[in-house]
Amino acid sequence: MQVGLEHYLVVSFLLFALGLLGIIVRRNLLVIYMSLELMLNAANLALVAFSRFNNKLDGQVLVFFIITVAAAEVAVGLALIVALYRKHQSAHVEDLTMMKL
Amino acid sequence: MGLPDILFYVFAFLTLLCGVLVIANPFSRNPVTSAMFLVLTIISMAGLFVLLHAFFLAAVQIIVYAGAVIVLFLFVIMLLDLKEEQRRKIKFFGVAAGLLSVGAIMVIFLKNLGATLFNSSSLPALEGDTASLGKLLFTQYVLPFEVVSVLLLVAMVGMILLGKKDLK
Repeated sequence: MQVGLEHYLVVSFLLFALGLLGIIVRRNLLVIYMSLELMLNAANLALVAFSRFNNKLDGQVLVFFIITVAAAEVAVGLALIVALYRKHQSAHVEDLTMMKL
Repeated sequence: MGLPDILFYVFAFLTLLCGVLVIANPFSRNPVTSAMFLVLTIISMAGLFVLLHAFFLAAVQIIVYAGAVIVLFLFVIMLLDLKEEQRRKIKFFGVAAGLLSVGAIMVIFLKNLGATLFNSSSLPALEGDTASLGKLLFTQYVLPFEVVSVLLLVAMVGMILLGKKDLK
């Protein structure tokens, strides 16, 4: 069976589901952040596959922008995690409950 | 089944296997291990990009993600001096909610996949090489390109501000 768009979409979906499960199940802030990257990459894969099978390059340009924004997001997010760690000495989501009433 | 199809299955399997090992590694709960498996996931995904003829994006993926982003992750892990994540008891409600949301997305996905007709028999001749992508980027998408450069500057300034010792 020839590999088509649907194969890539299934891989992309599975990767997205993995990222979602990781965000919900894991307790370490950094691992949660990595799961977020996994979800972004799943979206990228779907976009590149759509771009290839629709014969348009626009999808790949969008992926280029997503990669750039993701890099900026990682930089700012990790700075926030470092600032949070300095204040509370923990990177566990269960220890960060100061917004609870 | 030709060589590209076999390679697709190899890369897809590697991507998913390493993805599982990022979030749930049975041997180690160290964040460094997760970061290393994230590198492997991203590299095998770059292989998938090459199979989709997106050569430029495959290179960018490896340079930006496997290079810059993972180095940043490892730096922060080193800076925080994280201990191994203790095995706290997993909340049943959280896992149930996660499985429920994944199941809901899966239902929508499968319904749409079944309802769509694919004509993957005729492969288009699209090449995502640097020249064609660059032409599009500097003509039609020149405004988003400039905006993104400003965004990178904002992110840099924000990161320096957040990294200061006494945050005000």
